[in-house]
Amino acid sequence: MAKEVRDGHRRTILADEPPMATTTPELSQDHIEYEQGWDGGEEKPFKTSYGKLMMWYFLLSDAFTFAGFLIAYGALRFSMPSWPVPDFVFSTAPFGLHGLPLIFVTFMSFLLIVSSVTMVRAVQEGQRENKQGVVFWMVLTIIGGIGFLGCQAWEWNNLIATEHMGIRTNPFGTHTESGVYLDDEHGDVYETGAEQERFEAGQTYLIHKEDGEWLQRSYQLDSGEKGIQEFGPKAFGALFFFITGFHGFHVLSGVIFLIIITVNVASGLYMERRNGHEMVEKIGLYWHFVDLVWVFVFLVFYLL
Amino acid sequence: MGHMSYEDAKKQVFVGFWILLGVTLIEVFFSLLGKGHIFSGAEDMNWIIWLTALIIVVLSIYKARYIIYEFMHMGYEVKGLRVSVLLPTALLIWAIIAFFQEGNSWKDRRELIKEKNEATVDEEMEVQGYLPQDVYDLRG
Repeated sequence: MAKEVRDGHRRTILADEPPMATTTPELSQDHIEYEQGWDGGEEKPFKTSYGKLMMWYFLLSDAFTFAGFLIAYGALRFSMPSWPVPDFVFSTAPFGLHGLPLIFVTFMSFLLIVSSVTMVRAVQEGQRENKQGVVFWMVLTIIGGIGFLGCQAWEWNNLIATEHMGIRTNPFGTHTESGVYLDDEHGDVYETGAEQERFEAGQTYLIHKEDGEWLQRSYQLDSGEKGIQEFGPKAFGALFFFITGFHGFHVLSGVIFLIIITVNVASGLYMERRNGHEMVEKIGLYWHFVDLVWVFVFLVFYLL
Repeated sequence: MGHMSYEDAKKQVFVGFWILLGVTLIEVFFSLLGKGHIFSGAEDMNWIIWLTALIIVVLSIYKARYIIYEFMHMGYEVKGLRVSVLLPTALLIWAIIAFFQEGNSWKDRRELIKEKNEATVDEEMEVQGYLPQDVYDLRG
């Protein structure tokens, strides 16, 4: 007769006869059960380990959080008569480069894709129990992640310090009708064609700030009506900093966990467990998810 | 990618890299095309804007599927796991339809309020109302 013993929440089946001493000294049966994470025999739900399944469910919940934010962005964008055009807003790159629509963010996407690929390689080496290989590919992954964070830091710094966008001010306005800019001194339409600066409907402008003062240029629409450059929808700045910040925070925590796990791999901790470096696989799932979210952040903020 | 040999799996990873990079570059190309950077005038054509947007969305979903199925190995998990993780995301289809509709409605209402605020009352029209004339005279 087998006897069931409850020890806290863990249940152990005790056989009548004491089990033969078949467990190796460095890896007890208890340890294996702890790693698998499931109680109750050989059958594993969904033929996967507890840790991997729970990582999937965490990622599902996180996907809903991000989807909520991105859908909110879409709803607010649809509710405004005009919205800053992304290829104008995101057209600056480091080293003083201007007028390069989307080039810098494409580079950021490239970095994340590369770090995703190196992560897959790390998981593959882990399944072969190749410690050196795992460390090598994980270090490359960490470098990719840090590179991405550095690019994002530059992008934020440029938007905040140079272009003066904040969570409550959005200097990126958009014309809804076409017209010409007026002479700043007299408020007249320039006579000569060379000086006349035309703008078209749907064109986005940046209101510059000098010595703490906003320079809103005046213009005359083709209908004859005069006006000055208005600020863009406030929600744009808040949504941008909040959503890309939330994603960047995921990247940052991913990098921190990658560093911790790399140190553990190097110490040989996961070799002892003999489960094909499952911890590397789990952080791999998280890291790919970060890349996956970026696919949609990139789509919603930059491409559309 | 546990179904293939180590060498093949290694090769497959780099195939995946080129797929993701290529699709991203195609997306950027279509995005710039829709905004009139490839040839000017495209940004004034509504159908180009909508068509490029559709292409970009489809390509992004393809990229997402590739990452989930190949890089995250979802394609090689049992069906139950796949369904329990991916099926709930179908709820988002409804969320997208509902909230975009909502956003449009906010815009329409804002415009309606603005229109009504700017509307002026025609005095002559009011005088010809149904009430006796002295009611209108008193107000003057």
